[in-house]
Parts: sequence; structure tokens; C-alpha cells
Amino acid sequence: MNINDCFNCRIRVENVNFYYAKSQALKNINLDMFNNNATAIIGPSGCGKSTFIRLLNRMNELIPNTNLEGKILLDGKDINAIDTDVVEIRQLVGMVFQKPNPFPKSIYNNLSYGLEVKGIKDKHLIEKRIIESLKKSVLWDEVKDRLHDNALRLSGGQQQRLCIARCLAVEPEVILFDEPCASLDPISTAKIEELIVELKKNYTIVIVTHNMQQAARVSDFTAFFLLGELIEFGTTEKIFTSPKNKKTEEYLTGRFG
Amino acid sequence: MNKIGKVKEFFIEKLIVICGSLSIIFVILIFIFLAREGLTFFKYESIKDFIFGRNWYPLSNPARFGVLPLILGSVMVTLGAMAISIPLGVACAFYIAEIVNPKMKDILKTGIELLAAIPSVVIGFVGMVTLVPMVKKIFHLPTGLTALSGSIMLAFMAMPTIVSIAEDAITAVPKRYKEAALALGATHWQAIYKVILVAAAPGIFAAIMLGIGRVIGETMAVMMITGNAAVIPHTLLEPVRTLTATIAAEMGEAIRGSNHYYALYAVGIILFIITFVINFIADIFLHRIKK
Ligand SMILES: Nc1ncnc2c1ncn2[C@@H]1O[C@H](COP(=O)(O)OP(=O)(O)OP(=O)(O)O)[C@@H](O)[C@H]1O
Ligand SMILES: [Mg+2]
Repeated sequence: MNINDCFNCRIRVENVNFYYAKSQALKNINLDMFNNNATAIIGPSGCGKSTFIRLLNRMNELIPNTNLEGKILLDGKDINAIDTDVVEIRQLVGMVFQKPNPFPKSIYNNLSYGLEVKGIKDKHLIEKRIIESLKKSVLWDEVKDRLHDNALRLSGGQQQRLCIARCLAVEPEVILFDEPCASLDPISTAKIEELIVELKKNYTIVIVTHNMQQAARVSDFTAFFLLGELIEFGTTEKIFTSPKNKKTEEYLTGRFG
Repeated sequence: MNKIGKVKEFFIEKLIVICGSLSIIFVILIFIFLAREGLTFFKYESIKDFIFGRNWYPLSNPARFGVLPLILGSVMVTLGAMAISIPLGVACAFYIAEIVNPKMKDILKTGIELLAAIPSVVIGFVGMVTLVPMVKKIFHLPTGLTALSGSIMLAFMAMPTIVSIAEDAITAVPKRYKEAALALGATHWQAIYKVILVAAAPGIFAAIMLGIGRVIGETMAVMMITGNAAVIPHTLLEPVRTLTATIAAEMGEAIRGSNHYYALYAVGIILFIITFVINFIADIFLHRIKK
């Protein structure tokens, strides 16, 4: 395969195997994720979705005794190469976790952290970015009068939107969502879905979800994982209307998983 | 069966109540005793001369009971020990919790907990034969029995407590905070410094307070190493004598009912007040951090 072939391919995963200690969690995955598109990762619990998405910003490195084979290319560059700076990768590839995980700090400091880490010191710029990202994540109206309250006092849905804002504030180009709505009520879920649809105009989005309707609503491409293998990949429309693989069809129609 | 169970329950409950109240009663009794004996002293001597007196000559004639040099000795040794043990201890805790590999972590943690179990006399003795000559040589002093030696020794004794408890606090910080920080593009150091340290702050603070508690109450090692000269110290390189060491050294020879005897209890009251104030401040801080 030639890198130049993928004209709007942002992330390319090539022959990836991944192991926790001795158990293999991902088997020979090949997958492209495209610019200004949302790619949904679906599949039953334990099939390796989180493992996969965490490879894309090198979060699995934090777990001892893991092993990665194969290549992951971001804009054609191997993110695991020795001369690649992991900090740079993570600034480019942001992540929103399954469970909201704001820092035990004020709302303001939650958002300013990523900017300070980047070396931005200009108070006005920090403030501007904070307001922008809170507006983008549809949280601004709810928190504008209490930016210095502790973030842990927000509701679960608000916390998750704060985490999204925190991720947006550092201006990544790719955003990984690992079941962002898992602990949210329908209203917050709808707000976040709206946001993702909006975000994909400017970002590359990868979203893990258990919710088929959600995948159908927000994504352009869908990848179906089963037991660590990528069973089928295609446009969301095609996967949902005429899946080629029998297992995909069975999963989508709710016969297992 | 049910009835027996209820009776058992009743007795166990009462037993716990008795144990609990006994420990409180003992503390109160000790306090009353201390206050009674100590306050007797002030019938004969003025409080002002006691606290601001610059000379402690309990056996001269007339005897002088100025406790200021002892207070300053204690304060100096304690502050010195804190200055050494807090930064080193917290850094060490972070090293063990965050940087070292899991296998080495187990070894280090066990080692540090073992250190905490060494009796203070032993530490004092080792300090006397190793640290004291070293301090004497390095600073070209007439004697190595100085406040500095005492501070280093006490720091050494406070460190296991600080490291072990601070390490627990750091390890207990939910992993998701660290993941969130790293996912934002923070370096490991930035995650430690701005997120993990903040989240673990109450626990680290508690660790420091417990470490200081050990330092202030310590008697044996300090007595062996600080030179025991009851003079007002000007630098860390002079011999000092602490409040605790004074009580321990002189209680045996003080005649019961003499002014000297009551003076030592008055020293005990001072010690009590100092510890109380420190605990009080610690409490205020802890509450503030928790908010
Ligand atoms: N830290 C870990 N150590 C060892 N094995 C792990 C670890 N994390 C995940 N696994 C294993 O890897 C496999 C894939 O897990 P993963 O979390 O990627 O699944 P998932 O598709 O995200 O599931 P879910 O939908 O429940 O979140 C599972 O069998 C799991 O037990
Ligand atoms: Mg998962």
C-alpha cells in the first residue's frame, strides 16, 4: 500500500496486533479513518473497541506488559516511531473518555490546564479559548456564572461536556470518543451527538458506541469489531442497510452481542 | 439462638463503649495530672521569667528556670528536620509511586516500612558514631553534637512515615486523572506536578503532619545527638537542648516536690501546647483543602 493513495486519509492502521501480557486483544487490524468524517467503532462488549481507540493516541503505553505489532500512521507518519514525540501526538489526537473525568479543580482550571501545558501564558488568549470551547460544547450558558466552582460539583452530563470542552480547548485535529454518552441522560446525549455532527466539519472523529442509532446518526463510516477482529468496514449507510458479513447483520439486528 | 445472639451483641457493644471511654478518661487524667503538677510551679515562679528566661540552671543556687533556650532548641531542630524531610520525603514518595517499575516499587516500599520500625535509640546510636563525626569534620567544629546533626537524624526518622503515607495517597489518586492529563498532551512531569500532586494534596499533608508529630515527640535520639547544652542557639551548628530531652534527662534526678520537679512539668505543659497548636493548624488546613 502506498501512503499517497489515501488522499484524505488521516489515520491509517496497518496490520495491527495488540497483546495484554499474553492474551491477544486485537488481531490483524487494517483500517483507515478519513479527514472531516466520523468513524464509528461498534461491536459487543470486550471485543477490543477501547483497546483499539486507545492505540490511536498511545494511551495503552501506560499499561505495563503490553505489546503492539504493526503500524499506526497519522498523516503518513508512524506515531510509534522512536523519533515521534508522544506529547505532540496527544496534542494532535485528543480523547474523551467513557466516564467523565474532570480534574478535581475549578471549571476554569480544568480548561486552562491543557493550554498551560502547551506553554500558552497569555491570559487573554486562555480566556478566549475557554469561552470558545465551552460554547462549542454547549455548556457555556450553564456555567458562565460559576467558572471558579469545583468541576466535580457539575452533573454527570455537564462533566462530560466539560471534558469535551477541555479536549477542544487545546485544538486537536483528531478527536477520539470512547462511548462518550455511556453515563448520560437522553437530553445530554442528544446535545453531544449534535456537537459531534458539528465537530466533524473541522475535525476527524472516531467514536466508540454501543448505541446503534447513535452510530447511524453521527457517523459516516462504521467499523464492526468482534473478538478482536475487524469484521466489516464501510460507509455507515452501507453497513446499516446492506452488510456483507453475516455476523455484522446478526449483531445489528440484535441477535447477539 | 436469637436470644444468645442478642446478649452477645449487648456485651460486645458495652465492651466497645468501655474501651472507648477508658482511653478518653486516661487522656483526661493525664492532662489533669500534668496541669496540676505544672501549674504548681507558677505558685513559686513567674510565668514571664519562665518563658522568657534565657538561662536554665535548675541545680545552681539560686536556681534559674528560663525555658526559652529549650523552646528555641526544639523549634530549631524541628524546623531543620522538616526542611530536610518534607521535600525529600515527598519527592521520594512520587518516585516510588510514579516512576519506578512495579517490582522495584515493592522492594522499596517494604524497605521503607522496615526503616520505620527501627527503634529510635538505635538510630540515635548509629547517628552518634557516623553522623556526628562527619558533621564535625565537614564544618570544622569543636563538636559534632549540634542542632544540625539532630535535624538530620530526625529527618531520617520522619522520612519513612512521610514517604509511606504520601505514597499511599499518590497511588490512591484515580488513574483517570493522570490519563486525562496525558491525553491533553501533558508530559509525565506536568501530570505529576499539576494534577496528581493537587489531587493527593490532603493525603500528602496528613503524611507530613504525622512525620512532624514523630519529630516533635522524639526524645532519645535527640538527647544522644544534639549536645544537650541549654543555651540559646544562633545557628544550626551549635549544640542545643530540646524540651523533650530536658524532661527525660532531668526527671530522674529532680527531687519530688522540689521546684525543679514542678518546672519539668511546666516544660511538659509547654510541649503540650505546642503539639496542640500544630494539630489545630493542621486541622484547619485539612478542612480547607477538603473544601
Ligand atoms: N488493562 C487490561 N489488561 C488486560 N486485559 C485487558 C485490559 N483492558 C482490556 N483487556 C481485555 O482486552 C479485551 C478487549 O477489551 P476492551 O476494553 O478493548 O473492550 P471493549 O470493546 O472496549 O469493551 P466495552 O464495550 O465493554 O468497553 C477484553 O477481553 C479485556 O478483558
Ligand atoms: Mg470500552
